[in-house]
Amino acid sequence: MTTQDTKVEKEAGDLSRRDFLGLLGKGAACAGALVGAGSALASAGGGAVSALGGVGPSFQQDDAQYAEAVKNPPKIPNYNWTQHKWAFGVDADRCIGCLRCVEACKMENSVQMDRNHTRTWVERYVYLEGSDHAHVDSIHDIKNVVPGSKETRFKFDNRYKDEKVTKEFFVAKLCNQCEKPSCVQVCPTGATYKAVDGPVLIDTKYCIGCQYCVQACPYGARSLNEARGTAEKCNWCYHRITKGMQPACVEVCPTGTRIFGDRTDPESPVSQFIRNNKVSVLKPDMGNMPNVFYKGIDKEVL
Amino acid sequence: MEADVFHHIAPFVGFAYPNETEVPWSELIVIYPYITGLVAGAFVVSSLHHVFGMERFAPISKFALLASLCFMFFAPTPLLFHLGQPTRALNAVLTPHWTSAMAAFGYVAGFYIVLLLLETWFSFRADIVAMSKSRTGIMQKVYQVLTLGSDDVSPRALHTDHTIARRLAMIGIPGACGLHGYVGFLFGSLKTREWWSSDLMPVIFLLSAVGSGVGLLIVIYVIASWWRKTPTNNGAMEGLLYLLWTGIVVVVVIEALEMVQMLYKAREGIEGVFALIQGPITNSMIIQWGGSFLALVITSIMMLYNTKGKRLVFWLFISGLLMMVGVLAMRWNVVIGGQELSKTMRGLMTYHPEVFGRESLFTVATLFTAPFVVLYLAQKLLPTVWEADPEEHEDKVFDIHKAI
Ligand code: SF4
Ligand code: SF4
Repeated sequence: MTTQDTKVEKEAGDLSRRDFLGLLGKGAACAGALVGAGSALASAGGGAVSALGGVGPSFQQDDAQYAEAVKNPPKIPNYNWTQHKWAFGVDADRCIGCLRCVEACKMENSVQMDRNHTRTWVERYVYLEGSDHAHVDSIHDIKNVVPGSKETRFKFDNRYKDEKVTKEFFVAKLCNQCEKPSCVQVCPTGATYKAVDGPVLIDTKYCIGCQYCVQACPYGARSLNEARGTAEKCNWCYHRITKGMQPACVEVCPTGTRIFGDRTDPESPVSQFIRNNKVSVLKPDMGNMPNVFYKGIDKEVL
Repeated sequence: MEADVFHHIAPFVGFAYPNETEVPWSELIVIYPYITGLVAGAFVVSSLHHVFGMERFAPISKFALLASLCFMFFAPTPLLFHLGQPTRALNAVLTPHWTSAMAAFGYVAGFYIVLLLLETWFSFRADIVAMSKSRTGIMQKVYQVLTLGSDDVSPRALHTDHTIARRLAMIGIPGACGLHGYVGFLFGSLKTREWWSSDLMPVIFLLSAVGSGVGLLIVIYVIASWWRKTPTNNGAMEGLLYLLWTGIVVVVVIEALEMVQMLYKAREGIEGVFALIQGPITNSMIIQWGGSFLALVITSIMMLYNTKGKRLVFWLFISGLLMMVGVLAMRWNVVIGGQELSKTMRGLMTYHPEVFGRESLFTVATLFTAPFVVLYLAQKLLPTVWEADPEEHEDKVFDIHKAI
């Protein structure tokens, strides 16, 4: 156990586990969330609990903890990255737009707590009667922020209740951990790189914060973490998957929209998902070869 | 929300990805290609005399070189102010990741600064030696150091100086074009943004750079002459007029071509491009095209009527200024405009620059004033006497003081 773990366990006592679960899933998929909460808790020191009451801090991990985590990264025994090939599936037909995944990710990964920065998000596509184009909105629309939550909690508003909706669906988005990542191509320092097992990672000790990668990602998956001055994006919870766990968003998803697994194992959920469905990827014309596979998306999905 | 210097949350309409609402590249990245452009333009003018022996540019060639050097010192500074981790800036040089266009920046800029320094030294060495003899006290010491121990001013030594300076300038021309074409490549090579990803981008950047650099030279030459109470040289002014006119014509045509191509191809999302032009960047588009057209009209009329003397100085000054402003607006339209159009092509952000702070208009103004101040000081150190001979062409010489 690293120093960080010990320290963090002590601090985790400040946070009531019940409160945390309430934040995560309103009881949805509790058992899964509990496991997932373990490491989220680990990074949820110093007052994060108040996020519930709406006066949350910007980060779930305080600066000292972050520094410690960077200095002393947890050792992962028995993990061999040449033996895995991670992939992600999104079954858009199942998504109910509850946004538990977004909140869980922000807790788990200390993402900035505002509606303009996120590692994963869900888009709502709505066709109104007589229109051939969808209206699209997501968590950065102020109307989808829970009032009083200081942009820490999100809920799609009911803006179409008086309209005739002909078709509606949700699409979850996250970094595609592209096979040919344009973010890696443009990074001048090599701080962002493609791991052998699939995910594209960022060395936050080396990143200079030029944001060229933010420009280059066709999917809008990247942002700048202002407080740290470095780039920020989803890494499929690399710290969890290398310990045999699921990414936090997959863990909390109550409907099984998000599917994760190892493609080297033909029986893994994601291998089955890809095999048993007609899947597509986003913006194939970009040539990035995404590793997030979608089922049930529509021509309007951007 | 964390109070900090980086927040550029832009209001949006339509649908943009959540992360896009924070505009990554601010006005500092507008001024960065602008300054490098001025460097490239001024350098080209100085080379016209040094390399091609065009005598009409002799009076301003050293001045142009000095201006180029002073602006080059500040070309990398906007980037430093922009980085999230400025203290790590050297990472990109120590471990360059060569697939990145940006990785070469440190080398390109470093190479160019060294080249300019060398050429400046060889061009001014005779002056430095002269001053190390004539000055007294501390300044004499300074000039003695600047001679780097080489105080031979025999005709042979001077000839060597000249030859070396010329060869350096010959390397410098492709260097300047490379430097600026490269900056265009930084933007044009990004497939993500329809507004940027154009094969013409490096060419447009380069040509507009030369145009704005000529504009800058005209402006500072006229102002410096006025300041020093010396007349501007008519031959040089005419040469600058020809250059500026050519520059504007080519820039306007190529930019129009690019625009027409984009609109004609009308790929998916073209409505977004229209909305961008009619929305967040309308004003800067008007400044860009209005400025260029006005400058084109004025310079064309002067070319037609062979304007000379007082009128030439005044209107060329105005055209140079218009060109500088037009190109600045163009940089804004490219850099900020490109980010205001969402990667979804279905949404628009509106970027509002901050006035004070690390990435702000104030920083931009400071960084852009600095080269002028340094140029002023450099002129004190290495005076570039206008190399024209007033007596000889009395009729052609115009005294700016009578005009203003
Ligand atoms: S989705 Fe974007 S950030 Fe993720 S790997 Fe691809 S290019 Fe990089
Ligand atoms: S912000 Fe960091 S990760 Fe992104 S391109 Fe720059 S150095 Fe690389």
